[in-house]
Amino acid sequence: MDVLALSKLQFALTCMFHFIFVPLTLGLSVLVAMMETRYVMSGNELYKRMTKFWGKLLLINFALGVVTGITMEFQFGMNWAEYSRYVGDIFGAPLAIEATVAFFLESVFIGVWAFGWEKVSRRVHLLSIWLVALATNLSGLWILLANGWMQHPVGYVLRNGRAEMVDFMAVVTNPYGLLKFGHQIVSGYTVAAFFVLGISAWHLLRGRNRVFFRSSFGMAAAFGLVAAILVAVVGDFHAADVAKTQPAKFAAMEAVWDSCSNAPMHLIAFPDEKNQCNLVTGLPVPGLLSFLAFHDSGATIKGLNSFPKDERPPVLPVFLSFRLMVGLGTLFILMSAASLFLHRNGTLERYPVFLKLLVYMIPLPYIANQLGWIVAEVGRQPWIVYGIMKTSDAVSRAVTLPQVIGSLAGFTLLYALLGFVDIYLLVKFARKGPEEATEPVRAAVGRAPEAITVTAAGAVYK
Amino acid sequence: MDLHIVWFVLWGVLWGVYFMLDGFVLGAGMLHRVLGKTDGDRRVIINSFGPVWDGNEVWLLTAGGATFAAFPTTYALMFSYLYTPLLLLLFALIVRGVSFEFRGKEEGAAWRGCWDWAIVICSFVPALLFGVAFGNIFAGLPMDQAGYHGSLVYLLNPYGIVSGLLFVLLFLEHGALYVAVKSTGSLSRSAEDLARLLWIPLLVIAVVFLGYTNFATKLYHNYVAAPVFAVVPLSAVAALLSVRLFLAKGRAPAAFAASCVTILGVVFTGVIGLFPNLIPSSLDPNFHLSIYNSSSSEYTLGIMTTVAFIFVPIVILYKIWAYRLFRERLTVESVAADHEAY
Repeated sequence: MDVLALSKLQFALTCMFHFIFVPLTLGLSVLVAMMETRYVMSGNELYKRMTKFWGKLLLINFALGVVTGITMEFQFGMNWAEYSRYVGDIFGAPLAIEATVAFFLESVFIGVWAFGWEKVSRRVHLLSIWLVALATNLSGLWILLANGWMQHPVGYVLRNGRAEMVDFMAVVTNPYGLLKFGHQIVSGYTVAAFFVLGISAWHLLRGRNRVFFRSSFGMAAAFGLVAAILVAVVGDFHAADVAKTQPAKFAAMEAVWDSCSNAPMHLIAFPDEKNQCNLVTGLPVPGLLSFLAFHDSGATIKGLNSFPKDERPPVLPVFLSFRLMVGLGTLFILMSAASLFLHRNGTLERYPVFLKLLVYMIPLPYIANQLGWIVAEVGRQPWIVYGIMKTSDAVSRAVTLPQVIGSLAGFTLLYALLGFVDIYLLVKFARKGPEEATEPVRAAVGRAPEAITVTAAGAVYK
Repeated sequence: MDLHIVWFVLWGVLWGVYFMLDGFVLGAGMLHRVLGKTDGDRRVIINSFGPVWDGNEVWLLTAGGATFAAFPTTYALMFSYLYTPLLLLLFALIVRGVSFEFRGKEEGAAWRGCWDWAIVICSFVPALLFGVAFGNIFAGLPMDQAGYHGSLVYLLNPYGIVSGLLFVLLFLEHGALYVAVKSTGSLSRSAEDLARLLWIPLLVIAVVFLGYTNFATKLYHNYVAAPVFAVVPLSAVAALLSVRLFLAKGRAPAAFAASCVTILGVVFTGVIGLFPNLIPSSLDPNFHLSIYNSSSSEYTLGIMTTVAFIFVPIVILYKIWAYRLFRERLTVESVAADHEAY
């Protein structure tokens, strides 16, 4: 192992760890904002308790997302100094804009929201969580525009020994970045939806706080179904864009070795990198791959063999990650649709096996998110900036092997410890359930009939 | 207008505001076991900056991001040369942040004691490392065409340590004053007493720093060339003296404001002295990293200037609003009554 390999490993580790927390924040901030909107619109205390319960989990998760994010910004300079120097003129800008436009907004208003229940009016409090949700999503936009540029560089010229920006608008309207943003945002929403579905299912299985968790379940099911469908729709456009902009990655995703027109999609395939072919292929759907890639079943797909060997990504991890991600994505659509259906016709609690399944499904959307990033990042190799700079040229020259061994060991230990504590706390507070309704029944009578049921249910089941 | 100079000023402002804001969180964090004898008092201290610490830390991220966007070569070399200290800084900031969040999530004394120590240590380490790093930047890093010749041990040279101690004491004073202003009763009084006590070593180390700077760095050359800028170090000194004067009159809020000015003054004293360099080379003037030889293109600087001039004022406005919102003093009772508090 050398500095390059260890730096890659460290970047993957810290990025993937950071990305345990980010997708949930993306989606849960929106979902909590929706809950609080219902509270402010209806005055129903149920939604206030929902906002507080799910909000608490959001905050525990948020803390780790924030602190592990600092690592990402520092690491470009620490381990990838040659990269930073070569592309900083373009790549630095979206990062700085992300901090200025999104991080400040997010950090200030998460404080106002968490500590301001008694300090600001209901409407300002509601505005705070929407600003947090907006800022979180905006931060996603800027960082994905930055990543989009690494995937499909636009709006630059090579001069003065580096890549210099000449067209800012091209960078911010880069279809690669925008499609990735769209795909990622709704993937985050899917994580949040299944997080809420799973925890609600756990409580419903035990018959606790039924009204509370049924209502949470219903919101998450609808939110999840819309999100999961959009993941697939945007993902389809995204893949088609990859076929155009990064043909080598696309070929690896589908394990296409030889270029061909009217390319079939093999439902069964397994690549053999050594012999540059597939070990097995089966169940071809004629022309489907060409159609998916170029919306024309006669189009030609460039195979891996038409790229020099040193410009091909590792095929197996990209291929498997992509297949698994697509399979999981399909599962999310089916499960959220079934959840919504059972919730709507009121028979949900008659199917404990289904509820149990949902509890076990909580990690799956997280895994799907990570798999998507493996496709995106491993699939771009050997390039760090597609077609411009190789990853091997990007690593810091001043950093020594002992330094990277030390930092990698440090990150591994620290992150393992913090991840353990964070998950422990999330599980603890998720199991604990919501606070008892504190509003007296009398106050609830004047507002909405539902509120009485809530209080009664709380009294019965807690 | 020379955009390089605009970004140099902004670079200094971002660092200065970061130290002014996170300085009191770091200071209060270092002191929270000393000042907070009971769990109630400790919670008052942590919650006194609870709603704002995250927003304060973003100034660091923005300072880093601005260095990346405006001076990518400086960003690349500074961060890779200072690999080990930055790593320690990162670990400390990570643990500090989660400690605030995790500490109150369990009742046990062992749990809370653990996070209390984590907060103390992980507040001290960044304060010291920032001081050491900036001291070494003021003095210049040992770099030439062969790259960087320093190490963590090298950075701990006498001037680096003096700068580190200066930052630690500045933040301790700042944090004690913040606690005095944000709490009531005996906690507030003992914080004020501690601020009086800490002021003496702070003054001593500040005098040593100012004197030593003349020998260890070339910062004063710019002041000799343009004496008008001497107003900055002079106001830093005046602000430091007025901290004690305000304390003598029992005016802790004014003393805290003076402490803010002191920190900004110290940072700008260094930054003005550096101009036009961001990081000088202690070995060879040809390898100074300056705002001209390490910057982004005019085009990128222009875009970034537009973004900064639109959004930074907006950020400042809502940050001031948030600070005003949480301006009231906390008590053990008010924290205990708030279910959302840390």
